[in-house]
Amino acid sequence: MVKVENLHIEFDSFSLKDIYFHVKKGEYFMLLGASGAGKSVVLESIAGLIPIKKGNILLNDKNITSTAIQKRKIGLVFQDFALFPHLSVKENICYPLKIRKTAKPAIEEKLKALSCELNIDHLLDRKIETLSGGEKQRVALARTLTLEPEVLLLDEPLSSMDVGLKGELRRILRRLNKQGQTIIHVTHDYEEAISLASRIAIMHEGTLIQSGTPKEVFTHPKNKFVANFGGIKNFYEAKLEENTQKETIKAIITENISFTILTKLKAKTGSVLIGQKNIIISTDKHPTSSINQFKGIIQEIIPARLGYELLIDCGILFYVAITTDTFNELNYKEEQMVWVAFNPSAVKFIPG
Amino acid sequence: MVQNKGISLLFTFLGALVLLFIIAPLGSLLLHSSPAEISETIVDKEVTKSIALTLWSSMLATSIFAFFAIPLAFTMARKEFFGKKLIQGIIDLPVVIPHSAAGIALLTVISKQGIIGKTGGLLGMEFPGHVSGIVLAMAFVSLPFLINAARDGFSAVPERLEKAALNLGATPFKAFITISIPLAWRSILSGLIMMFARGMSEFGAVIIVAYHPMITPVMIYERFGAFGLKYARPVALIFIAVCLVFFILLRYLSISKRNGKS
Repeated sequence: MVKVENLHIEFDSFSLKDIYFHVKKGEYFMLLGASGAGKSVVLESIAGLIPIKKGNILLNDKNITSTAIQKRKIGLVFQDFALFPHLSVKENICYPLKIRKTAKPAIEEKLKALSCELNIDHLLDRKIETLSGGEKQRVALARTLTLEPEVLLLDEPLSSMDVGLKGELRRILRRLNKQGQTIIHVTHDYEEAISLASRIAIMHEGTLIQSGTPKEVFTHPKNKFVANFGGIKNFYEAKLEENTQKETIKAIITENISFTILTKLKAKTGSVLIGQKNIIISTDKHPTSSINQFKGIIQEIIPARLGYELLIDCGILFYVAITTDTFNELNYKEEQMVWVAFNPSAVKFIPG
Repeated sequence: MVQNKGISLLFTFLGALVLLFIIAPLGSLLLHSSPAEISETIVDKEVTKSIALTLWSSMLATSIFAFFAIPLAFTMARKEFFGKKLIQGIIDLPVVIPHSAAGIALLTVISKQGIIGKTGGLLGMEFPGHVSGIVLAMAFVSLPFLINAARDGFSAVPERLEKAALNLGATPFKAFITISIPLAWRSILSGLIMMFARGMSEFGAVIIVAYHPMITPVMIYERFGAFGLKYARPVALIFIAVCLVFFILLRYLSISKRNGKS
């Protein structure tokens, strides 16, 4: 359906390099990345708002790289909504239809259907400046949907909403997608991606670094950035010990630190990751020698949504999650010496 | 706090002096004109005809040239191109050159030997000594007021809104008409009023291009030169009153339109 091929865009202080991805018809595709990664630039390039000097954009196998914005049949909902302040809600929604000189009964019919679907039928006579952020977002969405776009582009649609409104808009977006609407959605929110996307692509500093289903990407992150994005903080580059006949294998992280891991994969290098909850800490060394154990110092104690997160320096940094009860019971302090331990089976190895 | 009060008082005093400087001649003009002189001048057909000609010419100059000036203002607000600063300088030129010199310059192109004059001649039009010449002279000196006000208005319209209109299927012209113009309308209207007012009060360029038919500023000058201050004063007073009425009326209309919109 949409193919972005070798997209390169140069600005004075930022550039997009070799962006390549495909979005199938009816798919919910999400571009995920931190602020300034270039996600919105990709979206605006697809919509035709930014001229492209190198690369191609194809819609249904037709090259639309040089097609005028108004002829692309691609609807974009801007992050700041871009609603027309001099028009009412109704006039905003009907704008694309009036431009096309659609017959009045057809306009009214469309308006009624969309305003009911998006629950904004009570707002139609209101002025834009009197709307809340959530209402503006739904009006902007309705206005774009009147176009019946082949592809709906959404630029951070949930970023300015509170939790309740987010849930409502997510339901609307899911419903639209189920009705067959192809969606490309840009976000910096990992949870948003997990809850909505059928496929995601991670962007970092103007390049696309990994794509796949959310499960594929976050269970096999290609690098530390992707792992961090998926909430995995204990992610290390590793070299595997060669020619071992044992069930376990040594993954060398630094000159002084190596993990014992369980893997059948034949690879020399790769990455290892350990879930924060799979690491246990104690003030004394664990008697079992078969587990990975490292002595370190608590560098920082960070209150988390559930319990606490401890940052422990053992030569490499480990992030450990503990419950509030455990934290209160053992009374950990910053600068305290502790032991970090985890099972070989808790370490996941990703070759590459 | 005491210091602030002192500065406020000083600034109020200085500002009051400036206002007095503007009001004093107008007040004096009013005080020195007798009701008999004023009523006699009001019914003077030569004067009323001249005032009507002045208003009509300025209105015509404003409406004809707005058609060309507003797209230029939009281009100046939106596009970056080589020589843009030079073009901005050219737009501002009529403000900085003496208006009598502007009239001479204009005459060289609208006289029968000039490019515009020759072209107009082919269509049976003459400029020097005609209303069309007055319109051109008024437009020449007052255009910068409209272009600059409209340019500032367009610059204040977020470009994203125009792009959103394009994304929703509007052609660039439709986006200009339905989004850019309505959103910049306040500044455009203000520019139109300023252009109209400036054109109406023009003297230097018009007297070179067309002494006759006589617009009111030229008539005031002629009556002053031929008959003295006593005869020029009531015409000046009535013209100032007409200008003020028009200016206040147009401002009021633009404000009520703005309030109605918001």
